[in-house]
Amino acid sequence: MQVLSLNREFIGRSYESSPPFEIGRELVRHFAAAIGDFNPISHDVEAARAAGHPDLVAPPTFLTTLTFRRPSGPMGDPELGLDYSRVVHGEQRFELHRPVHAGDVVVATSTVAEIRDVGRNEMMQVVSEISTTDGERVATATNTMISRGTAAPKES
Amino acid sequence: MTAAGNAANTAAFPANVSVRYGDVEVGTEIPARDFSIQRWQLIQYAGASGDFNIIHWNERFATLVGLPDVIAHGMFTMATAGRLLTEWAGDPAAVVDYGVRFSSMVPVPDDDAGATLTIRGTVEEKLPDNRVAIALDARLGDNKVLTQARAVVQLA
Repeated sequence: MQVLSLNREFIGRSYESSPPFEIGRELVRHFAAAIGDFNPISHDVEAARAAGHPDLVAPPTFLTTLTFRRPSGPMGDPELGLDYSRVVHGEQRFELHRPVHAGDVVVATSTVAEIRDVGRNEMMQVVSEISTTDGERVATATNTMISRGTAAPKES
Repeated sequence: MTAAGNAANTAAFPANVSVRYGDVEVGTEIPARDFSIQRWQLIQYAGASGDFNIIHWNERFATLVGLPDVIAHGMFTMATAGRLLTEWAGDPAAVVDYGVRFSSMVPVPDDDAGATLTIRGTVEEKLPDNRVAIALDARLGDNKVLTQARAVVQLA
């Protein structure tokens, strides 16, 4: 079977999510409840304020919702040659420059940082800088995907 | 969500825990906790995160593509392990950096027990500004489901 490798010309390309993503209180509550997190700081505005926060605080992995609710980036571009049935999530990291609050309105700028062979697989790393529409940095999310079995055959 | 599940999770949350930097040393352990993952939680997480990949809720499709059963979202496993950190620190905003590598799938059978993850943490390093680096250990039985799972947590 013909297996296509990922298009390396995508390295360095950047994509901006659009329109801005409005982080509402109910989505913060919904996400926190879905991961079994009932800390009042993520559910009760008064509790959050009493703890020194401007509004509900989202759990540390909350920004993953952007990936699905505001899909952007190279993954949907057929020119990349990504076959979703071969993709597994390899690694994920969130560096939070400040807590994510209900009321934040954010955009993600996602850059293909790396595509390379790892044995018979390929790995693609996408780094997303997430900022408010006012330009305040909120988080850096690094998503490493593994494309199984798509590395170009090696000369032996 | 079932009322019973909701009540159990709420009761399990150790509210108002505040860990002081001076009270931890390299090697201090966050005691192991078991987290049960059942099918209804994957459905709820799909709705909250927006990740509706069929392998996370449809056993017929999951087995058709060669998986042993419905598989938990990697990001659900990451979020669950993150609860050990946020509940230890007492505030979701305390986790300022969190990254994992997904090393093994978490099949979730359609029964009353589901899958049980055992998560524990160890303080690896004391950092400036009252921050600590934590290494997480996340297992399904004897299998490590996350490797290189590390977080930086802001303490009091």
